[in-house]
Amino acid sequence: MAARQAHNRGVMPTVALFVPCYVDQLYPQVAVATLRLLERHGCRVVFPPEQTCCGQPMANAGQAADAAPLARAFLDTFAGYDHVVAPSGSCVAMVRHQYPGLAPDHPALQQVRASTYELCEYLHDVLGVRRVEGRFAAKVGLHRSCHGQRELRLASGSERQVPPFDKVKTLLSTLEGITLVEPSRTDECCGFGGTFAATEEAVSCLMGKDRLDDHARAGAEVITGVDMSCLMHLDGLARRERRPVRILHVAEVLLGEAA
Amino acid sequence: MSAPSDAAVAAGAGAPPPVHHPGGRQAGPYPGHPAAAARFTADVARAHWHDESLWFVRVKRDRAAAQLPAWERLRELAEQIKAHALANLAGYLEEFERNATARGATVHWARDAADHNRIVHELLSARGVTRVVKSKSMLTEECGLNPYLEARGVEVVDTDLGERIVQFRGEPPSHIVLPAIHIKKEEIGALFHEKLGTAAGASDPKYLTEAARGHLREKFLAAQAGITGVNFAVADTGAVVVCTNEGNADMGTALPPLHIACMGLEKLVPRAEDLGVFLRLLARSATGQPVTTYSTHFLGPKPGGELHLVLVDNGRSALLARDPFRRALSCIRCGACMNTCPVFRRSGGYSYGTTVPGPIGSVLGPAQGPGAHATLPFASTLCGSCADVCPVRIDLHHQLLAWRRELVAGGHAPAGKTLALRVTAWIFASPWRFAAAGRLARAALRLLPRGLVARLSGAWGRQRELPAPPAESFRDLYRRTHGRP
Ligand code: SF4
Repeated sequence: MAARQAHNRGVMPTVALFVPCYVDQLYPQVAVATLRLLERHGCRVVFPPEQTCCGQPMANAGQAADAAPLARAFLDTFAGYDHVVAPSGSCVAMVRHQYPGLAPDHPALQQVRASTYELCEYLHDVLGVRRVEGRFAAKVGLHRSCHGQRELRLASGSERQVPPFDKVKTLLSTLEGITLVEPSRTDECCGFGGTFAATEEAVSCLMGKDRLDDHARAGAEVITGVDMSCLMHLDGLARRERRPVRILHVAEVLLGEAA
Repeated sequence: MSAPSDAAVAAGAGAPPPVHHPGGRQAGPYPGHPAAAARFTADVARAHWHDESLWFVRVKRDRAAAQLPAWERLRELAEQIKAHALANLAGYLEEFERNATARGATVHWARDAADHNRIVHELLSARGVTRVVKSKSMLTEECGLNPYLEARGVEVVDTDLGERIVQFRGEPPSHIVLPAIHIKKEEIGALFHEKLGTAAGASDPKYLTEAARGHLREKFLAAQAGITGVNFAVADTGAVVVCTNEGNADMGTALPPLHIACMGLEKLVPRAEDLGVFLRLLARSATGQPVTTYSTHFLGPKPGGELHLVLVDNGRSALLARDPFRRALSCIRCGACMNTCPVFRRSGGYSYGTTVPGPIGSVLGPAQGPGAHATLPFASTLCGSCADVCPVRIDLHHQLLAWRRELVAGGHAPAGKTLALRVTAWIFASPWRFAAAGRLARAALRLLPRGLVARLSGAWGRQRELPAPPAESFRDLYRRTHGRP
């Protein structure tokens, strides 16, 4: 297990990079940006090659029996690392909130749950980053993906009456040249929803277009967010209608334009 | 125990023949949420109008909630009081019955919808009542009381303005607090022109409301009995509390000698002081008002009158025994989960095919029987906004997920989708299979003509492009640049 942990106190932790299955296959640049961002902040990053998928598509479709083996494999793969970091809010929410029901007896369950983080959450809460070096000169709208928002509490949210905070926005706002623009509905769902995107195509696409319109009215040239799945849906809609907006994962934006 | 049947409501005698109104309930058998929602969203302008109307209420709710510094604390208290009341329900029901009876009310127990309807009808017919006014009650909707009474020669007039509008159209409410939210004021103008003789083309809300008031005034004066729902039943005083904005429950019960209040078993709160929590939360959550205009405590019958309380189970005690769904019985029917739901706002209340629609309806619907309303728990992105607005903190999106598991385990999910995800899980179970399948899929995406890919990608590709596939996956790139770790 030595390779899975920093050898002595005071040195930066070893981070196991978890790359969600569809990011691995369709958006390798997002995984690269995540890797480089973590390294830039001093982490030693490894990519355990046994990883595949956290099981979320099956679990959220109600197929617990199909998700459970993937949950166990995930726990095997990521057991013992100082930290596990993923460029995804919903996959991390899956590990944190659904694994206890899917792999209750796995010996690494609690350890892995406690050490798995969404990328911005990790930078903000664990590494204590409050200023990201880099330049991103554009008008950027932040799409607050629901699972990051309401399962991981990356931000206070529009519904709850608690002191306001927003970890992702805090990080983005320190980039040089960036102008953050706010849509009128700050944290409405984009309509992706996993299999919902296909089974409820009509509502899903209308929700997505409404988000694109809201960001467009706010003047966003770039829409970013913590979950590439939501962004894939928004990007698919935007490209079909040839909308003049770029969709980028937050890791790509935080890395800065020069990346 | 017979489940409340919406079909029975639809087919109820006395209901006018189905007329299709834009955005209204569709005639014919319920096609499941995806198809019903697709029909509603096909009129994009209307779906947007519906969305904006409800979002306006959501924003009002946010502002009202923000004005109470203790908002989140109140929600926690409400959750705890309801959990306690439900865990000790039998005791509180008995205490309530004792206290209500001591104040001169008569308590009736109904096992199911049929029981409830029979009890109400017997009370009416024993007193020769043929004209009834009713204020808003989702329970009587659930039980199909109106068609039951109408078939037996009793005229039932819904006196809540929104409910009267949908009653004129032969529709059930599309929302539990805003029953006619799906109808535009111009359409109400046309309806009132036909039913009440208002001026053709008139759509001024004030004018139309005035006309409805005049019409309802006659009904109030002629009524021989008033039926109301119940928002809260207080165990330690025996009171039932009814909250309205129009005062129609008060009008409907002040004049006639007979008041029948119908309630589900779950309406119990232990103490009168608990209302200090619930009344603060209810109106703010429902419409963004600090309090409903009228919150009336009925403590026994008025002098010379009769007060009958019908307590209905209709599946509630079965739900109480069922973890995790028992928490759904805490619902105070504020409608906030509907107003915030991005799906509900765009698919309309009728797309759920249940008496109570939206997130809470999607939890309650499937409890009515195996496979009943099987599409509803999937009619959600699990965004979780509902759980964060719910004044009694029901974990609605987690309950929807729990229903998905039950429906899949019971074989009530579409077989094709289940199989596809099973195969995917099998591919994911091996890093080698995953890498190989990924390579194949990316190559196919790159090599096949764009039109064919769009068609093969089915529901995804009709309105969305697929991602442009990269030549190399991250794992391949990592191995190439980092070697095997
Ligand atoms: S579930 Fe909660 S938010 Fe929805 S109607 Fe009931 S009390 Fe209101």
